[in-house]
Amino acid sequence: AENEPSWEKPCAELLVYVSTPGCNEFPSLDSKESYKLSVSKGSMLLWAETVWGALRGLETFSQLIGRDENGTYYINETEIVDFPRFPHRGLLLDTSRHYLPLRAILETLDVMAYNKFNVFHWHIVDDPSFPYESSTFPELSRKGAFNAMTHVYTAGDVRAVIEYARLRGIRVIAEFDTPGHTLSWGPGAPGLLTPCYVATVPSGIYGPINPIFNSTYQFVTSLFQEVSTVFPDFFLHLGGDEVDFTCWRSNPEIRAFMVEMGFGDDYKKLESFYIQRLLDIVSSLGKGYIVWQEVFDNDVKLRPDTIIHVWKENAMQYLKEMANVTRAGYRALLSAPWYLNRISYGQDWIEAYKVEPLYFEGVPEQKALVIGGEACMWGEYVDVTNLTPRLW
Amino acid sequence: HLTVIEPVAVLKASEVWGALRGLETFSQLVYEDDYGSFLVNESEINDFPRFAHRGVLLDTSRHYLPLKSILTNLDAMAFNKFNVLHWHIVDDQSFPYQSIYFPELSDKGAYSSNLVYTPTDVRVVIEYARLRGIRVIPEFDTPGHTQSWGKGQKDLLTPCYNGGQPSGSFGPVNPVWNTTYDFMTKFFKEISSVFPDEFIHLGGDEVNFSCWKSNPEVKEFMKKQGFRTDYTKLESYYVQNILDIVSSYNKGQMVWQEVFDHRAQLKPETVVQVWKASNYAHELSSVTGAGFTAVLSAPWYLDYISYGQDWKKYYSVEPLNFPGSEKQKKLLIGGEACLWGEFVDATNLTPRLWPRASAVGERLWSSSNVTNLQDAYKRLTNHRCRML
Repeated sequence: AENEPSWEKPCAELLVYVSTPGCNEFPSLDSKESYKLSVSKGSMLLWAETVWGALRGLETFSQLIGRDENGTYYINETEIVDFPRFPHRGLLLDTSRHYLPLRAILETLDVMAYNKFNVFHWHIVDDPSFPYESSTFPELSRKGAFNAMTHVYTAGDVRAVIEYARLRGIRVIAEFDTPGHTLSWGPGAPGLLTPCYVATVPSGIYGPINPIFNSTYQFVTSLFQEVSTVFPDFFLHLGGDEVDFTCWRSNPEIRAFMVEMGFGDDYKKLESFYIQRLLDIVSSLGKGYIVWQEVFDNDVKLRPDTIIHVWKENAMQYLKEMANVTRAGYRALLSAPWYLNRISYGQDWIEAYKVEPLYFEGVPEQKALVIGGEACMWGEYVDVTNLTPRLW
Repeated sequence: HLTVIEPVAVLKASEVWGALRGLETFSQLVYEDDYGSFLVNESEINDFPRFAHRGVLLDTSRHYLPLKSILTNLDAMAFNKFNVLHWHIVDDQSFPYQSIYFPELSDKGAYSSNLVYTPTDVRVVIEYARLRGIRVIPEFDTPGHTQSWGKGQKDLLTPCYNGGQPSGSFGPVNPVWNTTYDFMTKFFKEISSVFPDEFIHLGGDEVNFSCWKSNPEVKEFMKKQGFRTDYTKLESYYVQNILDIVSSYNKGQMVWQEVFDHRAQLKPETVVQVWKASNYAHELSSVTGAGFTAVLSAPWYLDYISYGQDWKKYYSVEPLNFPGSEKQKKLLIGGEACLWGEFVDATNLTPRLWPRASAVGERLWSSSNVTNLQDAYKRLTNHRCRML
């Protein structure tokens, strides 16, 4: 009959050809992920420049396979030439608000691979807990994790994540967010955080990292030395978001420092002072960095190859921010419209899908600075019991 | 009544159902110390539910729910002292209930042949629930919400007309044909024997009149009955017949509020489920004011997810906050947390429903003065870990 598929002889093999072989490297921002897939009567061929492209092509190939009513697997003749629009396609997981067991992270990496994501942004520590087991500062997780035995990521765990990701062409970018979002660092690093004051007396509460002491920068140097070695990707995410100035303002030593430095009453200058030194430290360790948009908004002096992560969403204001960031010559990552933790009733995937990252006023050179985006699953209301159905 | 003292703790209840509730509480009293020993403090508890009907609605038509999901959910319900499973088993989208008298209903109406509830499956659910002190009230919603019924039962639904000709599409159950009532008589005979609970939910919500209005036979019937252009009268005519049928099988009936709102003649024992969110307190006054028993769901549509700690708004509902006499308030026998299935299946049912439904569970069991959110938060976080 006319409409019946014509069965050719069973296809047995997909030939994979990679022009630049090598399975031992780590993927990077510059990795080429394009591939060509050709399925015809005589042969099935997947061609890619790099293994990373081959992985993407294999994923597509697996999606082309159908199964008929008799259980026979089949595939249609196809010609596909494919490549990503954006090179940085990421997913953020937050393992501080709630600890996520290793299997949850690995399962997420699998699903990321099904969806051709290539960056795992690991927001590993924050205010509520410090699950990262540091070899240089073991007290950080001993005192800062929800449970130092059961709710930590050992060096082995971290290595497992990085390798599992690598085999799927996924980069792991760790975020050690400072100077805010660091309450859990305090118990394991006495003297690191700013003691807040009520009038002239310490209140017992702590604020962001104390930017005025040399010991702070010694600590930060040592920690990031370790982090730079543990995480092989060129980029580290340094955070820099939502720094609350109230505690700094209340502290007499800091107020004295502000006077000494001539910062007046502008605590953004103090924040910049800290961030600048942090960026210099990380640079000297041979790493590039990504920062949340406040660092750009607050006029910190940044290296030209800094990547700015745009996250603030307020009635499409993020498009203006994208324009500003790229006009200033920095590369930009978009997350603002993709905070998937903000659940709502119905088919909210449609709003996420409709986002057009380049829909802002700017010249082509600016638009070229948008390297991609990240879907964020912040962990305030998420743990292993609901992560997967909430995210996918 | 639970007394925990050395050397023997004693749980007394007048019926097994109370014993089950007491055992649940007892399990919550046991805790583990730092060395792994299990401890329980001396306690004296006298407990009883504030409301007698504490339900959860599951929808197995918008998405089929495998047996395992339903059973897991019954366990969770028992942890929260829920005692009614309102099984919204069929609807427009699919008919998974395998009927003995009318096998074509699920043969043609289920999503597929393996996405059905066989008589054994149904028995398993009922027994699993019974052992947990949970009643199973099935809902066979008519005359609206019945698209899937038409696949396996020809000439049940109303053919819609377009310009004098049948359009090919169908509307609600046809209320003018005798065959409709012959079918329902036989169908509800089966339902009455399969489901042992005293009550059956008959639905009656959201009936769209446009198809009826387009059909010449229906229009003719309206004229004959003197209903003129008031189709709520036709709806009530239909519903009254169904209430009679179900009543004749010695079953009580539950209906959605529209049946009351459209002034059908209800039986004295008919229970009205209030679900429309807008001004539900006023509806509760009307229903109980007319002397009918009511069950509240309006503020507890848990399928309406939103960001953050929405359990607090469910917890803060005070069901008796409606204008009415003491006598009226007694007619509100409880409530149901509803998890409609448009966006729910086995992959996300449990984390979506729980522990949010726990807030409803406490509101329906505990005394009206148990309202402190901070205290509830502490206990809810512990309870959640227990449930996991």
